[in-house]
Amino acid sequence: MSTMEALSQTERLIERGVEPGGPTLEAHLRRNGGLPLPSIDGGRLLAEIERAGLTGRGGAGFPTFKKLHLAQSGVRTTLVVNVMEGEPASAKDRFLVTKSPHLVVDGAEILASALGAKKIVICVPANSAALPQLLVRVLAERAAQRSPTTTIEVKRLSGRYVSGEESALVSSVAGHVGVPKFRLDKSVPLTIGRDTALVHNVETLANIALIARYGADWFRSVGSPEAPGTRLITVSGSVERPGVVEIATGTPISAILELAGPTAPIQAVLVGGYGGTWLPGQHAGVAFAPTELAAFGASMGVGVLVALGAGSCGIRETARIASFMASESSGQCGPCLFGLPAIAEDLQALADARIDRRILDRLVHRLGMVDGRGACRHPDGVVRLVRSALVVFATDIDSHVRGVACAGSARTSVLMGRLSIADRR
Amino acid sequence: MRIIINPADCDGFGFCAQIVPELLSLDEWGFPVVREDEVPESLVRAARQAVHLCPRKAVSLLESRNTDSRTRVTVR
Repeated sequence: MSTMEALSQTERLIERGVEPGGPTLEAHLRRNGGLPLPSIDGGRLLAEIERAGLTGRGGAGFPTFKKLHLAQSGVRTTLVVNVMEGEPASAKDRFLVTKSPHLVVDGAEILASALGAKKIVICVPANSAALPQLLVRVLAERAAQRSPTTTIEVKRLSGRYVSGEESALVSSVAGHVGVPKFRLDKSVPLTIGRDTALVHNVETLANIALIARYGADWFRSVGSPEAPGTRLITVSGSVERPGVVEIATGTPISAILELAGPTAPIQAVLVGGYGGTWLPGQHAGVAFAPTELAAFGASMGVGVLVALGAGSCGIRETARIASFMASESSGQCGPCLFGLPAIAEDLQALADARIDRRILDRLVHRLGMVDGRGACRHPDGVVRLVRSALVVFATDIDSHVRGVACAGSARTSVLMGRLSIADRR
Repeated sequence: MRIIINPADCDGFGFCAQIVPELLSLDEWGFPVVREDEVPESLVRAARQAVHLCPRKAVSLLESRNTDSRTRVTVR
């Protein structure tokens, strides 16, 4: 995968021209200035994060300050840094850690200091060799300046789709099975032993490192007022140069795709990830921002855009994603364990033009049955995706249920296997 | 009072849906679907029985009207 080195003033998080093995601490400090540690005032930092309007970059988009306030009421805190990135169409977290590891660790250390957290655990997928190596090197380089009362470790954990889900991750770190937990009230903090666990995505932490240095006004000077700042976007699909770009929120999706060089007219765009939403190609001019996307039932999610060129079959691609998601169910909840494969099979049959209206109705019914019935949001994401496919590819579906599969249904998928970025530079 | 199924604990024995069919039905895979989570006074006894008879202890009842933070959560 190539890096799209095409952007300018919106590049805040990604450090360019990085030597193999990542940037040195010295180069990082030269670029970003020194750390405001150890003099950081926790209350002021939290107020600044609130004023900045920073939201979590792990997918849910929850306001960061709210999450921090929940943790504050806890006695002791363990900060869990999430680099699991189980979403196959996303590579931005690995990319960020590879390009700007010091910025990420800055954010973790600043936050730990502000909250009085004594322990930081950086969680990386066990199947990555490069990430832990890089992080261990980076942590060693920073050992001299770290507060002696804070411990920081890199943990390699099994990297399935749901492993990065907050409660699953905390469970793994605590030494239990890494599956999502049924939580009635998400404002009740997760715990690791006697500690309150606070989970943050690496892109969120890198932004905190910048807000601590330059303040909320600087942070808000880029992006849409409603969701300020930049976003790392993984662009793939029918494009010449799949990769990660950093854009100001509010940038039109078509302009983001343009950076990657679309290889065909775009019939639809998968927005947000495998649990995201198909956006019709004719609306690709929409701004990548919450309100604008909400008009199409979409959200920014984990910053994933997959371009589906004309000539591909959206139903086939959706069926492939649904099959993958079915195989990634943690298997805890019946509606997900049995419902997702059933939905995936219906879609497969639809893509093959082997079903009639009746089975299409059954599929719609099954979507309603599975929605909201898991301990986590995994099944809901599939339902959202499939529902959007039924609308966006309605014309194709009409001909498929009449027994005529489109030519694109036999095409190779535009969805790639897991995007590799950290390991192939 | 609200009836809640913990989907991660539920193994689809289905006793609950037999005891309070007014509130719960079973999906095509045999897992309970909460059709109505507010438990009316007349069904409280039966709902408690559903809680006690679940082999997986996946059914619970939550008070709706106290100030417990948990009751702010809406359950489908």
